Amino acid sequence: MNTLSRRRFLRISAATIAAAGAAGTLGTRGFGRISSSGGSGASGVETVPTFCDICFWKCGTIAYRRDGKLWKVEGNPDDPLSRGRLCPRGTGGVGAHFDPDRLRAPLIRTHERGEEKWKEVTWGEALGFIARRMNEIKAGFGPEAMALFSHGIGGTFFKHTLKAYGTQNIAAPSFAQCRGPREVGFRLTFGDDVGSPERTDIANARCLVLIGSHLGENMHNTQVQEFAEAVGKGSSIIVVDPRFSVAASKAKVYLPIKPGTDLALLLAWMHVIVEEELYDREYVEKFGFGFEAFSASLRQYTPEWAYPETGIDPDTIRETAREMARYRPATLVHPGRHVNWYGDDAQRSRAIALLNALLGSWGRKGGFYQPASMDVPTYPYPEYPEPERPKVDNPDHRYPFAHETLSTGIREATITGEPYPIKGWMVYGTNLLKALPNQEETIEAIRKLDLLVVVDVIPSEIAGWADVVLPESVYLERYDELNVEWFREPFVALRQPVVESPNDQKPNWWIARRLAEELGLSEYYPWKTIEEYLRWRVEAAGLDFDQLRKEGLIRGARQPIFFDEGVVPEFYTPSGKIEFYSPQLEQAGFDPVPRYTPPEPGPPGSFRLLFGRAPVHSFSRTQSNPVLADAMSENAIWVNDRVAERLGFKSGDRVRLRNQSGVLSNPIKVKATRRIRPDCVYMVHGFGHTSKGMRRAFGKGASDSGLITTYKTDPIMGGTAMNMNFVTLERET
Amino acid sequence: MARYGMVIDTRRCVGCMDCVVACKTEHGVPEGYCRDWITETVMGESPNLRMEIRTERCNHCANPPCVYCCPTGASHVHERGGVVLVTANMCIGCKACLAACPYDARFIHPDGYADKCTFCIHRVEKGLDPACVAVCPTRCMHFGDLDDPESEVSRLLRTRASHSLLPEAGTDPSIFYLT
Repeated sequence: MNTLSRRRFLRISAATIAAAGAAGTLGTRGFGRISSSGGSGASGVETVPTFCDICFWKCGTIAYRRDGKLWKVEGNPDDPLSRGRLCPRGTGGVGAHFDPDRLRAPLIRTHERGEEKWKEVTWGEALGFIARRMNEIKAGFGPEAMALFSHGIGGTFFKHTLKAYGTQNIAAPSFAQCRGPREVGFRLTFGDDVGSPERTDIANARCLVLIGSHLGENMHNTQVQEFAEAVGKGSSIIVVDPRFSVAASKAKVYLPIKPGTDLALLLAWMHVIVEEELYDREYVEKFGFGFEAFSASLRQYTPEWAYPETGIDPDTIRETAREMARYRPATLVHPGRHVNWYGDDAQRSRAIALLNALLGSWGRKGGFYQPASMDVPTYPYPEYPEPERPKVDNPDHRYPFAHETLSTGIREATITGEPYPIKGWMVYGTNLLKALPNQEETIEAIRKLDLLVVVDVIPSEIAGWADVVLPESVYLERYDELNVEWFREPFVALRQPVVESPNDQKPNWWIARRLAEELGLSEYYPWKTIEEYLRWRVEAAGLDFDQLRKEGLIRGARQPIFFDEGVVPEFYTPSGKIEFYSPQLEQAGFDPVPRYTPPEPGPPGSFRLLFGRAPVHSFSRTQSNPVLADAMSENAIWVNDRVAERLGFKSGDRVRLRNQSGVLSNPIKVKATRRIRPDCVYMVHGFGHTSKGMRRAFGKGASDSGLITTYKTDPIMGGTAMNMNFVTLERET
Repeated sequence: MARYGMVIDTRRCVGCMDCVVACKTEHGVPEGYCRDWITETVMGESPNLRMEIRTERCNHCANPPCVYCCPTGASHVHERGGVVLVTANMCIGCKACLAACPYDARFIHPDGYADKCTFCIHRVEKGLDPACVAVCPTRCMHFGDLDDPESEVSRLLRTRASHSLLPEAGTDPSIFYLT
């Protein structure tokens, strides 16, 4: 089996490829208020405040035009997220506008699905085609047979149109493939999510514990800025990772843990903190529920027990546990973000929550703050039709604690037709073939569809399978939904166009609104222009829309965010307390206190495949960005240097990876390094593109997604654990 | 007279390349070239590893071999801050400076002249930091006058341990790395 090299490719017709520099000239349309007080002050330079979309962090940005053309973007100094400094992806965001591989016009498939034969059509033809198919699906199977996969704030208007059409089957892979287990683990314990941006007070943490979380490579801007502050202040940093990450290189203690055994370490840490009575007794007595039963169940998890599991010696476990207790409550055990690893992820995340609870860090400075937001009313749309059937993704609450829709649940229902058929997918801003595990299943599901619509800015792999591809304007060319942020301080931010789209690309709100018109749902879009919509919301909040256009954001009054500043400690659990012992979990048949199960080993001679992030790329969506590709054009496979020597490989050698099911990757260069354990290998996610339309990124590096054929579903919340795959290395000749 | 320099805190730097990307967009550096870059030095054995991450560029040396070897005078020391610059239309692309630079900081621009970091003198003259310094999300980079004892860069060099690159080359570089 060789899914990677036998994949069929999208061939986007590109008869007229404009030179990158010629793309995007400023027309005569108004672009809000333009301030000429920007950094340069040179003649011909104008600035527009907006916010970034290269990842989902939504950093405030000042965009510069020089002689009417897009020049550069910088952080907006007034913005609490960027604090005047973008991350490298944000700084390279201008490349998204100039990318010569962008989708340029709507496309309709002309041959069999997957043959990549297309014709360029008008927006009217494309949206008319989609509306006809959607009406057929509604007539034949009911409106719930349409599903939407959406990522990011740009999906707002598609969600609106799809809900107006009559479906609630709307999912983001960010739950079941990314941060879901963390939200569930914290909800079960504290009654609340960690959220995004994470409510972590890294800047004030005197001890910061990172478990597999590679801040600095994982470039969530504010977190990395705060991490650097913590490093600069000499905070005690403890990093647990099979790989000597950049964060590990900043740590006081680095623990090179055996992959998959983090829960054993967490239990042993809690054992030490409870046994040595190092926890915050007053906090636990005041806010805790079920502490007795919890501490009793920890007795077995001694550091000596954890040693053979984790490879971390008992003295180090004790010392690091005491170090955390020394600085409590300003000790932050970071919950991580992408945490779908081994199938017990909600319980591991719950153990992280419990450790924080012992340290008293939830609600405390240097721990977790209570985020604040501004009250901005939603637009008064008509009521959505009542769905006749419940959501399709989680029949009979099979995963009882999934509180968001499961993307992989929709995929499964599409394949099986149970509990009812799914016949249409609309996909916005997420490359499902690289986001969901096991590409074969995604393709099997696609083959069952009567309609697959992909809205994207680049010809991604999922676009390659679409019946209709709709080219979206990049963020520097469009208005978008307001960002009403939950953060340390409340603020509202506006995305607004800086330059026009170079071709026939359209903004998401325009596409979603026009589709609603084609579907006969015009009453759901009472507003005529996006400015009218945005102005209504901003003015309904009592704010000045013109000020927002001029400044890019409006900040609200800072509110208390910690218990000792006046935040009332409230825990939205059934007991109203921090649940050290969870009756909810027990009643649903799960361990009320996390219990450790060793990870299953791979085939002899194979290496566990781990993946992560690079600071210059977001997911699989930036590899064709010419600025960011220039900074990093391919990934490498990290192999322990001694292992590489034993196998006869050196850095720069080209290999292919074969996984436990025989799937072979694209060629990838070896990085032989001391910075990784001998039992695993590591690569940056998002590379190894197989879409031919992505000419710059095509075939560069290897795809972790292609090798993730085995996954394990978290029984508590339906997340798909992906660090379950093992590879061997084969020399590429 | 001022002597511009950089003091870079390697403890804070995460090697994210924001400085590289910002330089490229600020100056329109052509694809495949860069005026600044990241290096990593790994020391020790697991688990007692150490790593120094550095953002590197032209060191704007006080004793610049690239200027001495230039046959046309294109490579020169700017009147402000001792910044080493290249006058593009005087450069014949002979590559003598590329060979002379111990830091490999120069490249031949596709338009035929030697190119490299300018310390963003166009920004500095307006009172701004160089683009790489201004963008850095970790705030690990500091720019200022090494000859002014009251400047932030001088203060940092007095209070923290630091090193420069290839001091044995005798070039008297103007960039220092805090360790």
